[in-house]
Amino acid sequence: MLLTISTTVQPATDLGFLLHKHPDRCQSFDLSFGKAHVFYPEISAERASAALLLDVDPVGMVRGKSRDQSFLLDHYVNDRPYVASSFLSVAIAQVFRSAMSGRCKERQELAETAIPLSARIDVLPVRGGADFVERIFAPLGYQIQLTRHPLDERFPEWGESPYFSVTISGICRLGELLSHLYVLIPVFDNNKHYFVGDDELEKLLEHGAGWLGTHPEKELISRRYLNHKSSLYREALARLADDDRSDESEADSLPLESLLEQDEQTVPLNDQRLGTVLATLKGSGARSVLDLGCGEGKLLRELIADRQFERIVGMDVSVRALEIAQRRLKLDRAAERQADRVTLIHGSLMYRDERLANFDAAAIVEVIEHLDPPRLSAFERVVFECARPRTIVLTTPNQEYNVKWETLPAGSFRHSDHRFEWTRQEFQQWGERVASQHGYTVRFVPVGPVDERLGSPTQMGVFHRD
Amino acid sequence: MKISIPKLSLVVLIGTSGSGKSTFASKHFLATETLSSDFFRGLVSDDENNQSATTDAFDLLHTVAAKRLERGRLVVIDATNVQRESRAPLVAMARKYHCLPVAIVLNIPEEICQTRNQHRADRSFGPHVIRQQKAQLRKSLRDLKREGFRHIFVLDNVDEIESAVIERVPLWNDRSDEHGPFDIIGDVHGCADELEELLGQLGYLRHTVADPGPGWCNFVYEHPAGRKAVFVGDLVDRGPRILDTLGLVRNMIQQGSGICVPGNHDMKLLRKLSGKDVQITHGLAETMAEIEAVPSDVRDAFCQSLAGFLDSLVSHFVLDNGKLVVAHAGMKESMQGRGSRTVREFALYGETTGETDQFGLPVRCNWAADYRGSAMVVYGHTPVPEPEWLNRTVNVDTGCVFGGKLTAVRYPELTFVSAPARQTYCVPSRPFLPAEQQAPALNAQQLHDDLLDAGDVIGKRIVQTRLHHNVTIREENATAALEVMSRFAANPKWLIYLPPTMSPCETSGLPGLLEHPAEAFAYFRNQGVPQVICEEKHMGSRAVVVVCRDAAVARERFGVMEDESGIVYTRTGRRFFNDSDLERRFLDRVRAALTAEDFWTTHDTSWVCLDCELMPWSAKAQELLRSQYAAVGAAGSASLRTVTAALNQVRPRDGELPAGIAELRQRFGGMGDNITKFVAAYRQYCWSVASLDDIKLAPFHLLASERKVHTHQNHLWHMETLAKVCRHDPQFLLATDFQVIDVTDPDHEQAGVEWWQALTARGGEGMVVKPIDFVVRGMKGLVQPAVKCRGQEYLRIIYGPDYTAEEHLQRLRRRGLGAKRSLALREFALGLEGLERFVRNEPLRRVHECVFGVLALESEPVDPRL
Repeated sequence: MLLTISTTVQPATDLGFLLHKHPDRCQSFDLSFGKAHVFYPEISAERASAALLLDVDPVGMVRGKSRDQSFLLDHYVNDRPYVASSFLSVAIAQVFRSAMSGRCKERQELAETAIPLSARIDVLPVRGGADFVERIFAPLGYQIQLTRHPLDERFPEWGESPYFSVTISGICRLGELLSHLYVLIPVFDNNKHYFVGDDELEKLLEHGAGWLGTHPEKELISRRYLNHKSSLYREALARLADDDRSDESEADSLPLESLLEQDEQTVPLNDQRLGTVLATLKGSGARSVLDLGCGEGKLLRELIADRQFERIVGMDVSVRALEIAQRRLKLDRAAERQADRVTLIHGSLMYRDERLANFDAAAIVEVIEHLDPPRLSAFERVVFECARPRTIVLTTPNQEYNVKWETLPAGSFRHSDHRFEWTRQEFQQWGERVASQHGYTVRFVPVGPVDERLGSPTQMGVFHRD
Repeated sequence: MKISIPKLSLVVLIGTSGSGKSTFASKHFLATETLSSDFFRGLVSDDENNQSATTDAFDLLHTVAAKRLERGRLVVIDATNVQRESRAPLVAMARKYHCLPVAIVLNIPEEICQTRNQHRADRSFGPHVIRQQKAQLRKSLRDLKREGFRHIFVLDNVDEIESAVIERVPLWNDRSDEHGPFDIIGDVHGCADELEELLGQLGYLRHTVADPGPGWCNFVYEHPAGRKAVFVGDLVDRGPRILDTLGLVRNMIQQGSGICVPGNHDMKLLRKLSGKDVQITHGLAETMAEIEAVPSDVRDAFCQSLAGFLDSLVSHFVLDNGKLVVAHAGMKESMQGRGSRTVREFALYGETTGETDQFGLPVRCNWAADYRGSAMVVYGHTPVPEPEWLNRTVNVDTGCVFGGKLTAVRYPELTFVSAPARQTYCVPSRPFLPAEQQAPALNAQQLHDDLLDAGDVIGKRIVQTRLHHNVTIREENATAALEVMSRFAANPKWLIYLPPTMSPCETSGLPGLLEHPAEAFAYFRNQGVPQVICEEKHMGSRAVVVVCRDAAVARERFGVMEDESGIVYTRTGRRFFNDSDLERRFLDRVRAALTAEDFWTTHDTSWVCLDCELMPWSAKAQELLRSQYAAVGAAGSASLRTVTAALNQVRPRDGELPAGIAELRQRFGGMGDNITKFVAAYRQYCWSVASLDDIKLAPFHLLASERKVHTHQNHLWHMETLAKVCRHDPQFLLATDFQVIDVTDPDHEQAGVEWWQALTARGGEGMVVKPIDFVVRGMKGLVQPAVKCRGQEYLRIIYGPDYTAEEHLQRLRRRGLGAKRSLALREFALGLEGLERFVRNEPLRRVHECVFGVLALESEPVDPRL
């Protein structure tokens, strides 16, 4: 909510000329989200600081918001009025417009000169911690001072807050400093108060000119600045690459998925798992197949590609996941015959469902670990007693293997929504009990690289009945 | 000519073009009953005479006809129907929906039809068309019976058509106007000793009959209060006094004190008496032996009379306005009150899978498991050790002849009365009594309820509630609820109730305030409620606590097998504690207080369901606190500290502060104060929880216990009863502070306002204002069961630290309560409906429907700050 820009250039009072704001006055500006005030807490020949103070209207922000705005702004209890966010960027661009563009009527030469400057931001919400601040500001040549604020000193066990008071200082042009702040402030916050459209891309390229193209974190900056709109973000990377030919290969060759996916190891494992499940389903001779807990449709895509499967139904409990699957599989645009082959249904494995009857096979990939253990008995009956396909291919993590992942804290699960993760023995005991109870036979297959002692990362049970 | 047709039938009009079918139909049937091919041609093609549209028109006509028959509505097909091919699908349809196909033939001379058509501008076809139709009609007349028409009426001339009268006759099985009360008795199989004992227990008195007829016994039973005995059939075979049983039942029917449907054994006997070749197995030998023993001079006459009696029995009955159905082997909903061979066979034998079990007996389909009808079905046929309810059906054949007992269910009381078998008269080929008393297992309903059906929750649903008519659950809301219920909720067997949302009072206009008690009092006064109770509103998390006396009760009453003895769950049906040991100790503590108060005896129950608030807020809302409340506090405090410092740093220029600085100091100084108040407000409701001793539970509704939903008790009773329990563990259980206010007395109202002020000044959230009675109906239906009135400081954590500034308040005051209040009523009605269904021992899906409904409604978009 407060940006303080200080300089020790001689005479420091020239800061007033550079910013186009008279040092003896306190000025206010109307902005779409409230007001901005500019005043000088300190002004002398040795040292001057100017403050840009935001006065966000918290009620108007919720009441008058348009549909495009992020849900984060939905609450009256909201950090937006107190933090440096895209609101501050907008204020910088409007209140210090000519200073940011490097123009100065009275002191043009000074505006084009690198001078000792510092900027203090109160408070900067940082998703990513103190390191992240370093990673972003240090390559631009700033010295950084940070103070992290606790969430609540009464409750130290709640930990640190994401809010920092940040001071960066260095020798640079004022226009540069303001452009850096303009682009980077929303990047820390990773959230924008307005809809990100095409013009935002233009703004990024304009204000990033000359420094963003060589910044080692340019991908992250672009992605966050553009609020994860993937097409805009990819376009930005491509055009940045145009700016700076040396880097072009790197920008385009990285698939989006791997950029978003932090844990690179899971990618090949996912593929191996899908491959194994697909092979097992094909081997079973199934013509009609269920993908229970189909999620966003990764397995469905493989099933559709194989003509052996004449009837494919994907079910998930999450409507959102189904919508994504629908889009990814382009079912709405598929030919009629193709569309008839594939159906997505919303449903739950906690309820008996007649739509699941009469299938040759079912795949249940990485699903059961998301069920509360006491609810497993319902799942067992829904699948093994009611749906009762001939073949059931079921995968779940092998907990023993977790120690192989160094990034995974000991004793924790691979995913925050996992309710349990089984050892091989636990899974096999469960599988054998369920199989015998419902007249199936079962065999167990490792998926992924097998460690002699720990087994494979994923374990698969193949249930079959005659 | 009088044409008698069954009330539910498929009437096929047959006649050439111009024979007057449409005129006939409009004279005798409702326009909605008559489906005319011309009309459907018009519907699909805009031209009633467009012959190319015929196929599509009939597709649609058949669809509509099928829907009507499914719903039990009469259908008249107004088309020429002169060809066998056009009638065949209609006969098949009638069979499918178990109603009778009726043919009415308008067989008038060809010339008349020709003349009529010439006078109609829209009939342009040549005379050969009618000639051809007439020929087809003639041929058809011979075949109608063979095609399957059960009633055929041929009207041979215009006069006959003119004078025809249609009479709609109820089916034999329709006894809707008999309202009982009834005593419905299971398979007797000649156990007349037990039957007489049972009738005696039920209060029937024995009389003698003057002239029972040759061979029949001469006694009868009658109930002084006019109750009727209903027999589910299988009177004969296997037992020691078969003819006495037959005679007794026949005499009761003749006297008007009995009703009987036939069983498969009775029908087999009828076939034997009619001279059919029948195997003398399954106890028929005992029946034949008794008949042989009838004196030879009256035996033939008796057999004839007996056959007549058996033949007169109707396969099933629909009684008491359709609320009760009695049949020997049961009756599916789609067949109730209908008449066809299939229906009759179902009534006698039920449905079998075609397989046989290890004892060589047919494996039966469990129709009752799929039953979703609203009528109660009482049946017998398959002996069971104990009568058990399943989806509003009950089997009362408790195998008397096999050494079990003879059971009657009293209707409408729904209690069971039994007379034990005096001996095992026949050894069943499949043992039906448990070999020994096994460990207590689930009852039939609970076994069935172990799994709920997606069809019972997915899609748009309409839930009937006692309090608030039908509550509609929109499909998208059900969708959201399915996800939450499946991913997060506890075992549905525990979820008998979810609490409703609560609306705030109307908005106050007083300076600095958004809510004030005056509006809450005024709301109830305007609704005609003179007295309200103000209850302290605890600020924690809503918790529903179900406590059973022990794990055995949880198993028997809730069907929970996991050795749990209760549960604590949130307003969305999630388990409150992830740590099952903590939950167990929590429940132990509540249970100990209940036991110390002798609650179980006083309330004659072994379980209780409590509506509570669980403190501290931080126990459950940890994530919300950290990510939102503490975060805003931290950001605001840090920023405003710096802002104030920066503003204070500004020095006067030439002896004067720059214009505007003073205002900014004041403005941002005020914001600094507000953020401090905001932090103080949320801190009120937070403390560290290291053990159970740090948790507080404040129960405020004693919702339900065995057989009772305590909505007939007023809130004073709830407060006082719960306070008595709380005093046994004051460290843990918090009795809720309350005040009763007479809202028609301004002084008293003022006392209520002061109470609220004192409460909120101490940092309390505020209060909940309720009518004294739990359920109140006002002039416009149900009154809000409760309205909340929150304190000024508390509302900072709802509307933001600076909401008290008049510039913000004037905008915040514009808030609509309509949607919230409507939602609150619907959820209230659903919540109580679920409890009522649970205490009535209804199937879980019926309880779950309500709970699921509350969760679904909670996904409706309503301002979350209200």
